[in-house]
Amino acid sequence: MLLGKVIGTVVSSQVYDGLQGVPMLLVQPLAKDGAEKGAPVVCADGTRMAGPGERVYYEGGREAAMTLEPWFVPVDHAIVGIVDGVETPHWKGGPA
Amino acid sequence: MIIGKVIGNLHSTINHPFYDGKKMLIVEKIEPDGQAASGYLVAVDRAGAGPGETVLVLDEGNGARQVLESKDGPIRSVIVGIVDEINVVKTP
Repeated sequence: MLLGKVIGTVVSSQVYDGLQGVPMLLVQPLAKDGAEKGAPVVCADGTRMAGPGERVYYEGGREAAMTLEPWFVPVDHAIVGIVDGVETPHWKGGPA
Repeated sequence: MIIGKVIGNLHSTINHPFYDGKKMLIVEKIEPDGQAASGYLVAVDRAGAGPGETVLVLDEGNGARQVLESKDGPIRSVIVGIVDEINVVKTP
């Protein structure tokens, strides 16, 4: 899993079966110190509670789809939790 | 498996039910000589590790689910050991 910051939402009305109603969020990946790093990715929101501005952790690859029900859906990144706090030296990511 | 160094804790209240009560740590990937490699990951701890320790991280889904005794948990990275020593043997 990696850390990310939700920077936006993606709305899609025509989606593959099983993805109806699943929120899609634009997530900026974060480095270990909380700084933004790399290109944003679209994540399915497994918590269904994340929103722009929040720090989240997300899973990539095969396991991403397993956050959803039904789980056999074409998803490669999914948010699995919202970060309350991180205790690590040199954290630059601000409050969660 | 990869070796890494625990650099911090992560707390979360709202998460996938699978993660309820699971301890998560931020692990920096390291080279065998202890130097930081590029990248990090958030892993569930199954070895009782803490910040500053060198750990062995399983970064594969099916193995991770086996370790955590789950059939359908959305998990890939698990700390499965604490490393005491790394010996790099140079062979000709």
